[in-house]
Amino acid sequence: MGMTIAEKILAKHAGVDSVKPGQYVWCKVDATSGHSLRALELLGVDRVWDPERVFIVDDHQAPPPTIEVANRMRETRRLVKKYGIKHYYEYGRGGILHQVFAERGMYAPGELIAQGDSHSTSGGVFNACVTNANMDAVHILAFGDLWFRVPESVRVVLNGTLPAWCVGKDVILKVASELGTDYGLYKSVEYVGPVAAQMTLAQRWTISNMGVEVGAKFALFEADAKTDAFLKDRVTRPYEHVTADPDAAYEAQYEFDLSTLTPMVARPGDPGNGVPVESVLTEHVKIDQAFLGSCTNARLEDLEVAARIIKGKQIHPDVRMLVSPSSQEVFGQALKAGYLEILADAGALVEHSTCGPCYGGHMGVLGDHEVCISSSNRNFQGRMGSPLAKVWLASPATVAASAIAGEIVDPRQYL
Amino acid sequence: MTNLVVRGRTWKFGKNISTDLIMPGAILWGHVRGEGRKAAIMPNRPGWAASEVRPGDIIVADTNFGCGSSRPAPRILREELGVAAVVAESFSRLFQRNAVNIGFPVLICPGIVAAVEEGDEIEVNVDTGVVRNLTRGTEIRGEAYPPDSPPGQLLRMGGLRPFLERWLEEHPEVKAKREAARR
Repeated sequence: MGMTIAEKILAKHAGVDSVKPGQYVWCKVDATSGHSLRALELLGVDRVWDPERVFIVDDHQAPPPTIEVANRMRETRRLVKKYGIKHYYEYGRGGILHQVFAERGMYAPGELIAQGDSHSTSGGVFNACVTNANMDAVHILAFGDLWFRVPESVRVVLNGTLPAWCVGKDVILKVASELGTDYGLYKSVEYVGPVAAQMTLAQRWTISNMGVEVGAKFALFEADAKTDAFLKDRVTRPYEHVTADPDAAYEAQYEFDLSTLTPMVARPGDPGNGVPVESVLTEHVKIDQAFLGSCTNARLEDLEVAARIIKGKQIHPDVRMLVSPSSQEVFGQALKAGYLEILADAGALVEHSTCGPCYGGHMGVLGDHEVCISSSNRNFQGRMGSPLAKVWLASPATVAASAIAGEIVDPRQYL
Repeated sequence: MTNLVVRGRTWKFGKNISTDLIMPGAILWGHVRGEGRKAAIMPNRPGWAASEVRPGDIIVADTNFGCGSSRPAPRILREELGVAAVVAESFSRLFQRNAVNIGFPVLICPGIVAAVEEGDEIEVNVDTGVVRNLTRGTEIRGEAYPPDSPPGQLLRMGGLRPFLERWLEEHPEVKAKREAARR
């Protein structure tokens, strides 16, 4: 019996020829994040298994809004020095971890990585098994290995041709609206088919990023020239693309024809509440805030499309638009390309790269009864602040068009 | 050691209960403190966390309990509310793993929603996977963790900390260094 991508990667890291779903294996891990260094220190372990393969960035609350947070960051810097961690990115040189770690060469095809933060499934876009580890990361820091239950694999086949103005975000909102937000629960999801090949790397990245929103352990794409182009000069170690065997066993296969897809929004409450934006136009949903940011959709092409839509116009007077690029590298690129100037001239607030608004932490928390359209990943009650606020999820184009209109609109009318 | 058999009164929750509900950002980032913390938990069910749930109660939930962010939501349920266990049709992987890592009993039990009415007294045995409805005299079997599997071991030992402590017992050189550092 052949193996899926996840089975091949887990078997290789467990040092065995093959693995089966449901089996528990101990695997060598290629890299992790350093969020558990203090726990390691408290255990009395005075070295990490490989200081070259531990990555740290403060993204959720940097720069510090309080003395308490500032002191926590001092503690992080102390631990970074103590353990000789090579990959620590100070604010101004960092950004959101999933983007920064990729830019700094943490992920390569065929690798197995477990790190802090639920959106770690993002790394699956690089044809690598990347998932979340919280307390467990202490074990990796100490020994370089961790246990895994080999997940069942499911395949989502993206057929047809993606229409103009539809992007990866519209695809994942569509898929989650039809299959529910638990089709990937405990599973490795592989996204394949003509639209997977057609999409840019950034669009695929959105889908891997929202892997956790459908419960997935891994959210994988095959690697191609687009993958290699991003990794060139960032990953210098050798790697090989991993593909599933033709006779690999999948628990389920879901087919979608995306040729007739239209821009999607997810109604407040759950990322699985996706509907075509056309279907909500008559509701005239007024918005207070438009957020273009997060690890989901704040890459260069996301900022580009927003700038293209907004250029020469003004953000609606009743709307605050927040723009936070996914990393400082992306910030710099968007600055040089003129996108940030266009957005700032239109009255948007361009922030540094931060997780802040997405999780209701800082830099744009929602108040009672406010309505936000967001390019981020979650719209659960209370996610971006007040439990009385409402969050709609959408693509960057839909967020940008709505910011001008003052209500949720179809971006195709604005292009 | 985790207490593998717990009895308690049940509260029922629906599908896709996110960690943004169980542990809102306001708690995670310390924007609310003291009494305000409890009031912020589960805003989908006002009053429940602050005045209804009692220590020893058990949550029965539909599918995908604990979805979303990987924040330490099991700890909030156990330490702030005294919840003794969660039995659900399914859990998010992150919630389940966070629970096992602190030795908090969570059991996957397909059919549990139909088998329990809110307020029923149940007994949950995470060792055997058997859930007994003491109010109705019925029984249903969930998915026990194999005793030799890593989550089975972690749950039985009481979480990752005792698991690592055992490793330290087997590595006296590291343990000695730690004890010296503590003095």
